[in-house]
Amino acid sequence: MTHHEISRRKFIATSAAAGGGMVVGFSIPTAAQAAAVNMNPWESPTDKDGEEINAWLTVDRDGTVTIRLGQSEMGEGVFTSMPMIVAEELGVDWKMVRAEYADANRHVRNDNVYQRMSTGGSGAVRRSRVYLQQAGASARERLKEAAAQAWGVARSTVTAKDSVLSSGNNTGTYAEFAAAAAAIMFTEEEEPAIKTPDQFTLLGTSVARLDTPLKVNGTATFGIDVRVPGMLYAAIIHSPTPGGMVKTMDGDAVRGLPGVVDVLQLGPGGIGNLTYNPEEVPNRVTGITSSVVVVADTYYHALSAVNQLPVTWDAGPGGGSTNATIQAAAFDILHNPAHEAHLPVQDEGDAAGGIAGAATVVESTYTTPFLEHACMEPLNCTVHVTDGRVDVWGGFQNPPGALGVVADELGVEQETVFTHTTFLGDGFGLRSRNHEVREAAAIAGAIGRPVKMLWSREETTTQGKYRPYATYYFKGGLDAGGKLAGYENRIVSQSIFFHQIPQFMRDGLDSVALEGMDARMPYTMPNKKVTWAMSNTHIPPQWWRSVGMSQNPFALESFIDEMAYAAGTDPLQFRLDMLPEDSEFQAPYRLVAEKAGWDSNLPKGQGMGIAASEGFGSIIATVAKVTVSRRGQLTIDSIDVAVDCGHIINSDTIEAQVQSCQVTGLSNALFNEMTIADGAMVEKNFDTYLQLKMSQMPQVNTHLALSGGEKWGGMGEPATGPILGALPNAIFAATGVRIRSLPIRNHSLSWS
Amino acid sequence: MALTLTVNGTSHTVDVESDTPLLWVIRDSIGLTGTKYGCGIAKCGACTVHIDGRAARSCTTKASAAVGKAITTIEGLSADSSHPIQVAWVEQDVPQCGYCQSGWIMSAAALLDKRANPSDFDIDSEFADNICRCGTYQRIRSAIHRAAEIAAAR
Repeated sequence: MTHHEISRRKFIATSAAAGGGMVVGFSIPTAAQAAAVNMNPWESPTDKDGEEINAWLTVDRDGTVTIRLGQSEMGEGVFTSMPMIVAEELGVDWKMVRAEYADANRHVRNDNVYQRMSTGGSGAVRRSRVYLQQAGASARERLKEAAAQAWGVARSTVTAKDSVLSSGNNTGTYAEFAAAAAAIMFTEEEEPAIKTPDQFTLLGTSVARLDTPLKVNGTATFGIDVRVPGMLYAAIIHSPTPGGMVKTMDGDAVRGLPGVVDVLQLGPGGIGNLTYNPEEVPNRVTGITSSVVVVADTYYHALSAVNQLPVTWDAGPGGGSTNATIQAAAFDILHNPAHEAHLPVQDEGDAAGGIAGAATVVESTYTTPFLEHACMEPLNCTVHVTDGRVDVWGGFQNPPGALGVVADELGVEQETVFTHTTFLGDGFGLRSRNHEVREAAAIAGAIGRPVKMLWSREETTTQGKYRPYATYYFKGGLDAGGKLAGYENRIVSQSIFFHQIPQFMRDGLDSVALEGMDARMPYTMPNKKVTWAMSNTHIPPQWWRSVGMSQNPFALESFIDEMAYAAGTDPLQFRLDMLPEDSEFQAPYRLVAEKAGWDSNLPKGQGMGIAASEGFGSIIATVAKVTVSRRGQLTIDSIDVAVDCGHIINSDTIEAQVQSCQVTGLSNALFNEMTIADGAMVEKNFDTYLQLKMSQMPQVNTHLALSGGEKWGGMGEPATGPILGALPNAIFAATGVRIRSLPIRNHSLSWS
Repeated sequence: MALTLTVNGTSHTVDVESDTPLLWVIRDSIGLTGTKYGCGIAKCGACTVHIDGRAARSCTTKASAAVGKAITTIEGLSADSSHPIQVAWVEQDVPQCGYCQSGWIMSAAALLDKRANPSDFDIDSEFADNICRCGTYQRIRSAIHRAAEIAAAR
């Protein structure tokens, strides 16, 4: 048995003496060292001197090809899918492929050489595929050209396959010609055409994820795991009410506690670069929000001290607000059609006239609450400020954005900031705003030593940026034959665009708030009127996995179901009747119904529900099958999902993301709700902000309805939406209980 | 105060307050970061380690309570990712973001030690307080059954 003695004091002293900006390696030498991805994913997975053919890839002398990716791995498999796209064109033996993150600093210095480095909008594949294919194809042709020149043959006679170049009797490896290829330049006209899907050999197959080996033995480095020599730890408590301010703080009361190095106040009256006027825009998500911080030698010392720090708060303009006041403000608009806040979205035919002449009128109001992201890894960031250079480590969904925030906060040139993106313990949109990055930069800048700032779970839950609440009013008229004669929909909700990217507002409308509800709705309606009104609160809104599709399909597909039952028509048939013959929704709907064994006449206590939506370029149709006991005990028996994302990169990922989105959707539908009291979040941790558990996970069956062609849809988010409609619809079919507000756990499902 | 803890067969003397959660001693004092902080209240399972062979939440276990006991973290489950649970996890590509997976793997390994061939009910009961926000549940269930096969074949 070996014996290590690590006193806290000694660790700090030793680490500080080591100096420099390198992360201390605490790795255990294992098979993972030979994995295709470094445990520190921003570092090279090989120790060879690779020859860089273009910014996307290098070839080592032993033939290892390292492919760089501009997207961040938060679970959706980009560490495998993105290199697959390059490798498809390159013609490399997949076993020789390694992967690493592209360098955001180089991206900034070299005129956005990696095109786009943010991860979101389910866009990794669909927004990068063409230029990644081009990067691989270009490198392949330059390798062929280098071989052709060496052999004195025409490039057209050279073939490239499995990292080997051949022409006649000549053969050579990519490694042999990498240096020569790196020196060859193509004009734009000389760049090769990229493959069409019918020519793919690697893409579309099932490929094991490159990062899995690091994730079964604890070696994968997440932001929270970063350790820098001489590093201190920071714990933070923000104003409980968003937009509030520190009134008083007694730092001296905790300065004598074990390990405490400093006590700081961030925001107005303290440190930090205030880039907005808090009175004008109280909930803009940029800039420092008012908070108190303890910096200490260990995280536990910092956390203990900040929890004992005497501090009082001025709640600010959001103080006193509750769920009830927020809903009342929205309902004042929603239920007053003459209110000036309503803006026209879509007005086709004569909705009022259609409804007035209808045989049956259906009228309903739906609401959805604020949601927190509940990333498994609490927010954190590590910053080391030295003369002329700043190093930043963390799980960034947008590394160049993080780089820019740090440069802005510290007043340094962007070129001097180096971000090191770790693996992300979930993202879901939360890790794209870099709020915590700015805080960590401010703290490290003030302390003058490397600092890892970590939000507790309680801070992460109560100080997030939230999926906004939304309210919906629907009125539908059915003619004597059960056909839709008129449809009115008023939506009142908080706007993400208004808070974050106001220049994206069009005619006063937020297009993400209206996803699937406006002209993007698949159903043809003869007389349709949709309006939207913005009703903002002091709570900062943010993208949340699938954004508008994380709530709109619940309201729309539930109301469509209400109309189907009112019409006495099978809910599937009612939908199909409103779809044009050539609608892209036809195939997914029909496939999922067939695979699930669609039956709208099950015995009471059992039910099937169906719904579909389009998001991020993909169409998803879902059937949920449930059993509900008389006492209201819900069991989700199975979920069938039909997917049209056009084409597939890694089929293993499609299945994984469909399952993943069902879990996000089921947690959302069944459990998730942030309640607000005195302007602050009530739920603080997983004991009250409930998530789906293993025992509640139904069997999910994934079915492909790929239409191919020009369609390239995303898969990280879109399967989240339809289950929000399919599940409540199944509950109605089983029980007759119609769910009109989420989460479902607030409702009794008992029946007799 | 100085506490001596045995982690993965190695004895470490650390200078911490006795009420410090074992989680932070493992992560910050000893430097084994495979064990993750998720909630701090034993409601997510990301911090699961073995103490004398049984699954334990290191975030609510005081370091002083683990003195004299054998602590195993994800880094010590096997030297080469060869534990049946790890083999099955790789075979079925279970992790997505991966953050909670150390906790699931340690919990699953302890379950297999108790029950060589766990039923779905055993699995549901064992993981009543584990959360995976990526939603790898379906593959976790399948991989535990597969790991039981692998273990039986050895």
